[in-house]
Amino acid sequence: MQRTVLSAIALAAAALVGSVLAAPVNYKTPDETAAFKPGPNLEVVQGNCAACHSSDYIATQPPMKDKKAFWQAEVTKMIKVYGAPIADADVGKIVDYLAATY
Amino acid sequence: MFDRRDLLKGAGLAAMAATLNSTKALALETVTLPFGNGERPLVKYPQKRPLIGLTSRPPQLETPFAIFNDGPITPNNAFFVRYHLAGLPYDLDPDKFTLEVKGKVDKALKLSLKDIKKMKATEIVAVTQCSGNSRGFFEPRVAGGQLANGAMGNARWRGVPLKTVLDMAGVQAGAKQVVFGGMDGPVSDKTPDFTKALDLAHASDGEVMLAYGMNGEDLPFLNGFPLRLVVPGYYGTYWVKHLNEITVIDSVYDGFWMKSAYRIPDTPDNSVEPGTTPKATIPINRFTIRSFITNVPDGAKLKAGRTTLRGIAFDGGKGIKDVSVSTDGGKTWASAKLGKDLGKYSFREWKLPVKLAAGQVELKVRATSNSGETQPDTPRWNPAGYLRNVVETVRVSVA
Repeated sequence: MQRTVLSAIALAAAALVGSVLAAPVNYKTPDETAAFKPGPNLEVVQGNCAACHSSDYIATQPPMKDKKAFWQAEVTKMIKVYGAPIADADVGKIVDYLAATY
Repeated sequence: MFDRRDLLKGAGLAAMAATLNSTKALALETVTLPFGNGERPLVKYPQKRPLIGLTSRPPQLETPFAIFNDGPITPNNAFFVRYHLAGLPYDLDPDKFTLEVKGKVDKALKLSLKDIKKMKATEIVAVTQCSGNSRGFFEPRVAGGQLANGAMGNARWRGVPLKTVLDMAGVQAGAKQVVFGGMDGPVSDKTPDFTKALDLAHASDGEVMLAYGMNGEDLPFLNGFPLRLVVPGYYGTYWVKHLNEITVIDSVYDGFWMKSAYRIPDTPDNSVEPGTTPKATIPINRFTIRSFITNVPDGAKLKAGRTTLRGIAFDGGKGIKDVSVSTDGGKTWASAKLGKDLGKYSFREWKLPVKLAAGQVELKVRATSNSGETQPDTPRWNPAGYLRNVVETVRVSVA
């Protein structure tokens, strides 16, 4: 009993010391304000792309002549290179949305 | 692999948050970078002054160019930020932080931040620059972070030579490369974690540093707190942030971020015909030489007569020998006076009194290094948008 109390106190003391020494950064980024533009299959795009990155990754890409080829290549890169788990059925929908909207 | 439902839920929340905050988004100031689709918000992050927001998750921030006119050292709160993967160690605890040194070493090490700070410290002033700095100016345009010229900065780094730590661990015979990993990581375990490698001879040259200090302060969180790699003269991709894992290997590291990403054409000037694909590539390495006018922005209206132009120059570590300036579109050039030498890896300030004639004037600036490297008159091109170092032109109206 005595020992249990003592060790509990020791634990509490250790936790206290720990909390005094330890100063986790707890860095807070501002709220994510960028949003995907409205467009066809928006929810498919949100569900797939927004898991790993904010929508400004898309919105800041350069204006390209062949939008469809550009976005097809980007979506393919996300799947093949970065391992994005995008279902085959969604690929065309995402490319269509990006080419029509950005 | 992450759960699809969580993904959808997370994305839905992100979308909802974005909607709720849309008024805030409208209230933000914006800047327009001088290329197509160059509008960006000015965003305020903790430890940072308002910077040009490229992306928010993961955070990527560009330094507004006017800051480079304030002096050769870029303030910590103005220093650019570049991440690849959205898993940032937001709640890392510096007291529990450990740097592991392992692999082909006699004695694997686990060092706390205190252990590292107890070692003999060194300092170096060095530029770091994103490989894709200025990518937005590429023509034809290329995919990737669309940056103007603000993804660079110069700081006084404080830390310990990587060599000291490698010597403590005892690198074994046959070791070839040293691999660096940080605490930031991908959202999905299918995404290759950000890992970089240097040849052993480079890693143990005594200059490559494990830095905990930046301009007399701790590293800002977004610049790699509490410890980052400093690779003087090399592009920022090697300057691994939140560095907690060093592995000595007896092969050439073949992970994605070395073998497939951050590659430049294996041609004499590392460029290819615009719009074409290189036959062979090598890992990006040292900076190309660059120079900028910092006190006159493009499109400025100036008074005819005497004025002083000033700016900065830097290269991959030979040091700046000359900065020449033209006020007639490149027909004639005059050598500028170089500022204080803070070291061969630092920004070098320059200034030059000039006399401007009335009319539309093209100001140009061109640096030459101690090895004779200089800047090309026409931009070199590569598909990833790296290494830009064309002679910069500032167009002004003089009246």
